[in-house]
Amino acid sequence: MLRLSGAHAGTIHARPLAGTVARAAAVALLLAGCGGSAPDGSGTDGGDASASGTVTLVTHDSWALDEKLVEQFEQESGLTVEVSAAGDAGTLVNQLVLTKDAPLGDAVFGIDNTFASRALEAGVVEEYTPADLPDGAEQLGAALTPIDQGDVCVNADEAWFERSDLEVPTTLEDLADPEYRDLLVVSNPATSSPGLAFLLATVGAFGEDGFEDYWASLVDNGVKVADSWEDAYYVDFSGAGEGGERPLALSYATSPAFTVSEDGSESTTSALLETCFRQVEYAGVLAGADNPEGAQELVDFLLTEDVQAALPESMYMYPADPATQLPADWEKFAPQAEAPFEVEPAEVSEHRDEWIERWTATVVG
Amino acid sequence: MDRDRGRLRASLRTAPLLWGTAVAVPLGFLAVFFAWPVAALVVRGFVADGVLDLTGFTEVLSSPRTWRLVGLTLTQAVLGTACSVLLGLPLAYLLYRRSFLGRGLVRGLVTVPFVLPAVVVGVAFRTLFAPGGTLGFLGLEESLAGIVVALVFFNVSVVVRTVGGLWERLDPRTEQAAASLGAGPARVFRTVTLPALAPAIASAASVVFLFCATAFGVVLVLGGVRYGTIETEIWTRTTQFLDLRSASVLSILQLVVISGALVVSARARRRREAALRLVSARGSARRLSWRSPQDVTVALVGAAIVVGLMVLPMAGLVARSLREPDGSWGIGNYVALGTTGERNALVVTVWEATATSLRTALAATVLSLVVGGLVALVVSRRPRSVGARRAVGTLDGLFMLPLGVSAVTVGFGFLITLDQPVLGVDLRTSGLLVPVAQAVVAIPLVVRTVLPVLRAIDPRLREVAAVLGSGPGRVLRTVDLPIALRSVGLATGFAFAVSLGEFGATSFLARPDGATLPVVIYRLIGRPGAENYGMALAASVVLAVLTATVMMMAERLRDERGGGEF
Amino acid sequence: MAGLEIRDVTVRYGVPTGSTRGRGSTGVTAVDQVSLAVAPGEVVALLGPSGCGKSSLLRAVAGLEPLSGGQVLYDGEDLAGVPVHKRRFGLMFQEGQLFPHRDVRRNVAYGLETQDLSRAERDARVSALLDLVGLAGYEGRSVPTLSGGEQQRVALARALAPRPRLLLLDEPLSALDRQLRERLAGEVRAALVETGTTAVFVTHDHAEAAAVADRVGVMDRGRLLQVAAPDELRAAPASDRVAEFLGLHG
Repeated sequence: MLRLSGAHAGTIHARPLAGTVARAAAVALLLAGCGGSAPDGSGTDGGDASASGTVTLVTHDSWALDEKLVEQFEQESGLTVEVSAAGDAGTLVNQLVLTKDAPLGDAVFGIDNTFASRALEAGVVEEYTPADLPDGAEQLGAALTPIDQGDVCVNADEAWFERSDLEVPTTLEDLADPEYRDLLVVSNPATSSPGLAFLLATVGAFGEDGFEDYWASLVDNGVKVADSWEDAYYVDFSGAGEGGERPLALSYATSPAFTVSEDGSESTTSALLETCFRQVEYAGVLAGADNPEGAQELVDFLLTEDVQAALPESMYMYPADPATQLPADWEKFAPQAEAPFEVEPAEVSEHRDEWIERWTATVVG
Repeated sequence: MDRDRGRLRASLRTAPLLWGTAVAVPLGFLAVFFAWPVAALVVRGFVADGVLDLTGFTEVLSSPRTWRLVGLTLTQAVLGTACSVLLGLPLAYLLYRRSFLGRGLVRGLVTVPFVLPAVVVGVAFRTLFAPGGTLGFLGLEESLAGIVVALVFFNVSVVVRTVGGLWERLDPRTEQAAASLGAGPARVFRTVTLPALAPAIASAASVVFLFCATAFGVVLVLGGVRYGTIETEIWTRTTQFLDLRSASVLSILQLVVISGALVVSARARRRREAALRLVSARGSARRLSWRSPQDVTVALVGAAIVVGLMVLPMAGLVARSLREPDGSWGIGNYVALGTTGERNALVVTVWEATATSLRTALAATVLSLVVGGLVALVVSRRPRSVGARRAVGTLDGLFMLPLGVSAVTVGFGFLITLDQPVLGVDLRTSGLLVPVAQAVVAIPLVVRTVLPVLRAIDPRLREVAAVLGSGPGRVLRTVDLPIALRSVGLATGFAFAVSLGEFGATSFLARPDGATLPVVIYRLIGRPGAENYGMALAASVVLAVLTATVMMMAERLRDERGGGEF
Repeated sequence: MAGLEIRDVTVRYGVPTGSTRGRGSTGVTAVDQVSLAVAPGEVVALLGPSGCGKSSLLRAVAGLEPLSGGQVLYDGEDLAGVPVHKRRFGLMFQEGQLFPHRDVRRNVAYGLETQDLSRAERDARVSALLDLVGLAGYEGRSVPTLSGGEQQRVALARALAPRPRLLLLDEPLSALDRQLRERLAGEVRAALVETGTTAVFVTHDHAEAAAVADRVGVMDRGRLLQVAAPDELRAAPASDRVAEFLGLHG
């Protein structure tokens, strides 16, 4: 079975009060344990955490893989999987770097290409190449294995443009066209992962020396910057149906699959596929893992057909294995960009902070 | 006689032992779960390749951006605190000195905003302030005023509860005496009531100031990219840039600002503090009379504040939570709480997360009541020696600090200090730290709620009890505890509610399957899809109702037992 | 010897005192080498202006204030190591200091709750004492509903209930109006005599002192100037200062 956390193991349904009291007592015991004189056998489920049969996966807070798949893996491998989430993708990498000498688990999933180099440079992942690495899936540093990917693109409210008798823009340059004045909302690259991806798209498109000019033209054209994706999408984007007023918003290539009309025939929004940056999420074996073999098996597991096929539904990402069958509505409403803008991970790692600072100077002032 | 002597000496020996324990337990807790992690992370920021490197100070402190952030932090905190106090006083009067039908409900309602997750409040207010929103005409979007309004929304209940709790127990005869000496209502308030309430006001203001100065989510969402605080900068520097050097300097800067505020408020408090004449709260509130112009004014002002500041944003939330994806009205979002969301956005259902939240909050409440209660008890005493009295004052301040340190610093600090398994459990990933982290945040509230009441107890009551044959333990049980009970009930409610709503540290420490309600709300709102958004708002409403219920229960509990033995 | 014996007691406040006591400066000697004996069943009043040290002396006897010098003995036993609650004394303050969270019955019963009594015995004792102070039937009343005089009577009943071997009264009637004060002084005296209680009664009112006490001690600036029966004192004040306090000038 999927071993859930120590604190919340087993059924999560309403428990009798006694269970809660026992848990509070267990906490007290553990606290006492910090003093170094705790009695043995506290009765917590984590007592055998270091046993060879347990493998701990450290991931970000978007982890949502179907439990049945994990259970199946546990049955087949004889391993027990524990999942620990660390915050968003950037937070995840930073936590791994900080805890390099005493790793939080055995395997990691969710390091993306904007943070990958930091993880590789700090040496938080061991070299490991799965035997079944699909064609077209490229590893980073022989340690990070791509599992899934997604495009961050500007989305458009089709209905709004139809009503306004305006062509839907297609390119980054269009967004700076006065015709589309005050229509775009993006998110802050310093605090939001899609925001950073979009900044990288503009770096990829206009070069390290040109992106500031482009952003200056966006500012002149009335771009609005929200602090988070949810803020931009739900409050400002008219296509989300929550009363927003801007018909262009930074989101994902997959978002249009969530605004499909009642009859399922069409989506009220679309992604501008010439404005995209591709985020790739990697998995790897953590350096100093208690259970490196288990971690390797877990990485292999994430590349299996079943998991790859489940990724769109559970994580909103495209599988890394191009041979995987996609859900029908994704084929129809959420195609991937053919030529997303690219920036080398090493470049990103080296200049990310500097680019964000330059962006801030240009946009925020 | 000899046997008596022996017992005497034993009891003399146990008293210091008891007080020693009362000091040691909270200090140990604070050291392990707060001071050590924070210090470890800050130190890490100053050590590069094993060498102490303090150049970060000059770099960060010479940047104009830093001082702009300090300025903004102080401005919004001062404004937020001042407005919370100004609006909180009439509400406290209305809800604690006057009685009317539905008062308990309004009291609960006022507390709800305090525990709503910042991300939900941020979105609710942004929707109100957006150009097309209900209050769009006010032009509050991305403005300092908008941030202040949201901060007041969050924090006004701290003032209402803390001040109200004392106000309802003030002996009305003092005011009546002043009135009989020819003082008009305004003069009575200024010369009698206000000075008597001063300790509670100072206490509430210092807590609100801390909350405002360290506000994170609201500032991020409502301030846009233009407004930031030291807190948001620490968060960005730590989680996104791993720039611990700057983060450490900023953490110290924040600590200096917060400590300064604490010292000022403690001084103000000390000057004002006096033993007050307290009465049983029962019967001190008068029925609201529509014939008294004073009552009508207060009622109207109170209603305006409650409706404008609380009901409007919350009604927007509730209304949206009752909308189906196709725009019609219905309870679909609530039915969906039994699922894991559109396309399985979650690992657990919202109801499961609710159960987890309740369990964790219960553990956190027990922890914070024990630790906070002990701190309040120790701090409420006035030892004879100057040194001991200073130590007690320091202890008081120390336990306020968790409010002034970023949750991200504590969370990341845990990762590097608790890196040894305890009893074979890696605490960092076990989820066991969640109630502990919540308790660290709740403890200052418990202390601030219980302390003013304990301090206001006439010391002669304890002396009478001692002379009548009660040992220190029985004095505590029969004098301090029953009188403080009302505030302990309140503190329980506060601690529970804060634990329910805690997001910052919980999001780092909870496991996907042990997600709490605020964590799943955050995750749902972070996913596209009208159904997920609707579920997020429905879950927020559930959280709000849960909180209001807890606060109302805490109040009922103390009302029933208010005069009873236990 | 039997009863209370105060030997060369000195009380000094070395630190700024808390706001509740209102004397501010450092190193004040509140009680300066005072000696006094109170025989069993005797009522002694301590008379003097406010700030003369009489309340401090009373608090020192109760064990609420540490001694800087001297001894307090009861029935020959030095009370130095005996904590307040083991002294089996009673104490009554100016404003009664009733427990606001308890009704009248449970206020009076407070000192009985630590004794080995059945509920019926306790209730009987409470009723008897309320009867003694003229408040029969007041058991169920809550504290805020009582008048000032009633509160003081309840406080007296509460102090007497555990049969203290010594009752300490600190200006118990000063907060009341004069008429009530005079009447209550007589009643307090009657109650003390009837119960055979040994008592020290602190007051600044010489008439009250004379009405309540067997002997009156006059205090000024921390020193005990003279102790004598009221009549003797009036007849032969030891100094001008004493005469002044007794209102014998002019």
